[in-house]
Amino acid sequence: MIQLIVLLPLLAAIIAGLGNKALGKLPAKIITTGALFISCALSWPIFLSFVAGDGQAYVAPLFTWIQSGSFDAQWALRVDTMTAVMLVVITSVSSLVHLYSWGYMDEEPDQPRFFAYLSLFTFAMLMLVTANNLLQMFFGWEGVGLASYLLIGFWFRKPSANAAAIKAFVVNRVGDLGFMMGIFGTYLVFNTISIPEILEMAPSMAGSTIGFLGARFDTMTVLCLLLFIGAMGKSAQLGLHTWLPDAMEGPTPVSALIHAATMVTAGVFMVCRLSPMFETSETALTVVTYVGAATCLFAATVGTVQTDIKRVIAYSTCSQLGYMFFAAGVGAYGAAMFHLFTHAFFKALLFLGAGSVIHAMHHEQDMRYYGGLRKSIPITFWTMTLGTLAITGVGLPLVGIGFAGFYSKDGILEAAYAAGGAGTGAFLVGVFAALLTSFYSWRLVFLTFFGKPRWAASEHIQHALHDAHGHDSHAHDAHHDDHAHNDHHHAPATGTGGYHPHESPWVMLVPLIVLSIGAVFAGFVFHDQFIGSEGGIAFWQGSLAFDSHLMHAAHEVPTWVKFSPFTVMLTGLAIAWLAYIKNTDWPQRFVAQFGVLYTFLLNKWYFDELYNLLFVKPAFAIGRFFWKFGDVGFIDRFGPNGLAALVVQGNKVTRRLQSGYLYTYALVMLIGLAAAATWAMTR
Amino acid sequence: MDGFPILSLMMAVPMAGAIACLFVGANNARWIALIATLIDFVLGMALWANFDQSGSGAQWQFQEYAPIFGKFAWALGIDGIALMLIALTVFLMPICIGASWRAIEKRVGEYMAAFLFMEVLMIGVFAAQDLYLFYIMFEAGLIPMYLIIGIWGGADRIYASYKFFLYTLLGSVLMLIAMMWMVHEAGTTEIPALMAYNFDPAVQTLLFLAFFASFAVKMPMWPVHTWLPDAHVQAPTAGSVILAGVLLKMGGYGFIRFSLPMFPEASAQLAPLVWGLSMVAVVYTSLVALVQSDMKKLIAYSSVAHMAIVTVGLFAFNQAGIEGAMMVMLGHGLVAGALFLCVGVIYDRLHTREIARYGGLSINMPRYALLFLFFTMASVGLPGTSNFVGEFLALMGIYQASTWVALVCTTGIILGAAYMLYLYRRICYGEQVNADAAAMPDLSARELWLLAPIAAVVLWMGIYPESFLAPMRPDIVALEARLAPAAPAGDAQIKLGAPKPAGEAHHGDASAPSHSASGEAH
Repeated sequence: MIQLIVLLPLLAAIIAGLGNKALGKLPAKIITTGALFISCALSWPIFLSFVAGDGQAYVAPLFTWIQSGSFDAQWALRVDTMTAVMLVVITSVSSLVHLYSWGYMDEEPDQPRFFAYLSLFTFAMLMLVTANNLLQMFFGWEGVGLASYLLIGFWFRKPSANAAAIKAFVVNRVGDLGFMMGIFGTYLVFNTISIPEILEMAPSMAGSTIGFLGARFDTMTVLCLLLFIGAMGKSAQLGLHTWLPDAMEGPTPVSALIHAATMVTAGVFMVCRLSPMFETSETALTVVTYVGAATCLFAATVGTVQTDIKRVIAYSTCSQLGYMFFAAGVGAYGAAMFHLFTHAFFKALLFLGAGSVIHAMHHEQDMRYYGGLRKSIPITFWTMTLGTLAITGVGLPLVGIGFAGFYSKDGILEAAYAAGGAGTGAFLVGVFAALLTSFYSWRLVFLTFFGKPRWAASEHIQHALHDAHGHDSHAHDAHHDDHAHNDHHHAPATGTGGYHPHESPWVMLVPLIVLSIGAVFAGFVFHDQFIGSEGGIAFWQGSLAFDSHLMHAAHEVPTWVKFSPFTVMLTGLAIAWLAYIKNTDWPQRFVAQFGVLYTFLLNKWYFDELYNLLFVKPAFAIGRFFWKFGDVGFIDRFGPNGLAALVVQGNKVTRRLQSGYLYTYALVMLIGLAAAATWAMTR
Repeated sequence: MDGFPILSLMMAVPMAGAIACLFVGANNARWIALIATLIDFVLGMALWANFDQSGSGAQWQFQEYAPIFGKFAWALGIDGIALMLIALTVFLMPICIGASWRAIEKRVGEYMAAFLFMEVLMIGVFAAQDLYLFYIMFEAGLIPMYLIIGIWGGADRIYASYKFFLYTLLGSVLMLIAMMWMVHEAGTTEIPALMAYNFDPAVQTLLFLAFFASFAVKMPMWPVHTWLPDAHVQAPTAGSVILAGVLLKMGGYGFIRFSLPMFPEASAQLAPLVWGLSMVAVVYTSLVALVQSDMKKLIAYSSVAHMAIVTVGLFAFNQAGIEGAMMVMLGHGLVAGALFLCVGVIYDRLHTREIARYGGLSINMPRYALLFLFFTMASVGLPGTSNFVGEFLALMGIYQASTWVALVCTTGIILGAAYMLYLYRRICYGEQVNADAAAMPDLSARELWLLAPIAAVVLWMGIYPESFLAPMRPDIVALEARLAPAAPAGDAQIKLGAPKPAGEAHHGDASAPSHSASGEAH
């Protein structure tokens, strides 16, 4: 069963990928999408059996991978509650994204390749979550990285897409450096890389110290932090987050599947999977909490000023991942996984909704050229609104009924408050970020669906109007460069320009509707299993370090704590309404008033510029220096070339040596051998 | 196959082919070379199939012994390590002949003869059991390579082969002197006997350095690597394949066969030197690779970085490290060879190695783009490919010896991704800016059949490396045991704390029992 779930997408990817043009678009789509729906249909019963409390954890061994002495890495598929949660998330979102892509990628000539990549990604992600040892997890980890690289760069003619793809891979490799060092260290300490064995032995290592880079540190802190660096890379946490916004260069279904719902949550999954290990190091947990909280705040601030609809959602994702991490940091792993679960539905919904908007707006992604779209694309509007209600956590405190995000995000905030210590800070940051979340989410909705149409100024719309058949095969390559919009300041700011956006085809709308159901009910239905102080124990079955007391305390927090997310949610909504519907001149006035802050946020805190200055440019400069001055200017100059010069200035004998070196060489060797042979015989 | 001189036969077949090639026309020479290498491939597979890898049998198998004069003898025999390297050689050889099928038009007979002769010598290097026989094979193996670069090479071929010669000469003279002293001291030329002989630790250092001079150049290690980029750039495609695929492995083989088992104390003592050079090599050559505008130079520099992983793995003095080093050698042999073939495919069409002259090849050469991507990812060390297995084990091995070395060398995975993806992006992605590059046809059936088998083996090694690790395991375990008394202690020793709540700072009280988890504990 589990073998089928994992291997079907691989098989489909191989068939569609190698078959490619010979196979044809339709068979490739049917095979990959069909395989994913089968996987999905097989996954839900597993998950529901764990929800019902009668699921059995097991490991399905495949075959040996790497053995070296006591090092033993097997290919095996592990099924437990953690895996079951991820299985439904991955296969559900993936199958819906496959289906959605039938419509979204319809004009694309290279569809078999696209669908093969999507299925390959799904396979790698499934290998990651079913891993029973760290090395197989790393296999999946790198596999999803490969698929992400391929899909971000899917439109490989576009320089920006290529740059984004390389950036994503290389930045993730920085994280992988930590992950690999973490595996080395873990093996050194525990003499195994089997996850259950490590988790069992971890408490016995608490308090021990280990040598690392010439100093001594707490063993478990070193191991956890090294592994956490890997998690930071994959989950785009502050410092290693720079690749995620750029990854929006990929087709929108990819953003929904990989860069929102599944791959970027792999870091959270890893920390939760290894939670008994992290529990042994207070320092590591504190770092996780701070990094999560910092990312949560950072990304939310940047998200408030972006104008590209996908980038807003990308920063939103980054911020929500921050919530998950600080939840894990305060020990509320169940809450982290719960937010991962609900977030997958509503964030995939938001991305696919955004894709539907972009589809309707002829590939325009800049929200400044949207407006008034709710009448033209009503289903997209309503489903995205449900997604927004979910992400902003709309619900009634005390009564305890609300959308998915209400349960999971409020659960995280309450747990952080209840945990105290670093959690208190995280709680405050999280509440402030919730205000920003509400603001930027509603800003997106208001700018896109409300107000008057501002379409006429968009270059993409102009294209559509002037060239009725403008939907050529490379329409997706359309130039998103900002300079395209430069001269629009002179154009009229409002008006439809005579453009008529159309609602997307049903293959795109069905996934939106299905995901809306998840966004509305996922929290209500499953909250007791994921974060209930009693239900959690039965549900998780020890597959993560579930702290029942913390969860109990989280339910007992003061009323003002329960009301604070609700209050800030309303405040954010109100500000967004005031600024983007009531008084539409507020944003300009804000920019005029706080120009420096605005520029700082618009430029994403200048991380890219800083990294370019610190790493990218020096790498090329140093490389050039080593080459020109090291190899050519020093080693060659004083080595072979210098010798040659000496030889040329020498006498005739050595000149002969230089010109006929090959024969001389053979001669020297023969003389030497003769000498050796003589020696061997005569002694 | 007891008693059947299969190793001699494997050397005789290409030798006969080489002689025949000299006397026939171009087309016949091609076919003779192909058939001879294919026969050797089949023999090599038979060798593997009949090799007893259980570890319970003899370490040295298929031994042959025929005295020539004095102690000097035609002594052959292989262990698992040599077996794997011979398998690599016979696998790559037919592919090299296939790659030269159309690319070489002048003096075809001599060219094929040079290749076949090189195959003889390379099998000889890995199979030799007599010290002097090894020396002859080891040094003579480079002569056909000089010829291949010097006659069929590019514009600057003379400079390249001169550099190659100069580096090699110094090392080989020192190594020969050391060998003569060793035979005098130990009274035998048999390699297995010498591997068990305990030389005086004081002399070991000198002997080690003499061998090191030769092997470091062959490897090549920084800073004696500068011959490699020039040699690769000037060599014809098949020459590059065999240079990267097999000749570079002779340095690593030398370390594992001579330096480590014969001079264990000196190896341990000088390990920091090797580590230091390797750390520099990983960072230095990776950064240099990043700024190259010549495809072959880029891959050549990346080879230096990969070979540095081999040396740190070998000098980790533990099983994981040495097994990893061997896997990197095998994996790199396949992947770098395939990458040079990929370069050759487009070089044959456009006759330039300038990266900027290409671009957007995914559009007109999709099959090529797919295979090139595969080998790029293998070179980057993606799990599931051969190189990952080796790099992972080698780096894990060195972590047990030194965390610093492990950290610096692991940065290779970041830099490697940067330069390889940057290369791939410039060649296969982007718009088609050059009309002549855009007009190039996709892989021909012949080219596909050269690359596809390598891809299959790379995957096999990545997913089920046990097939390749198992034959070498007993030999590497034996080597580890030989090294164990001298192996340096790791810097990562664990001190257990008294059981106390997690997170409290450890005060390092004397009561804490100390537990060593360094390399030798495993």
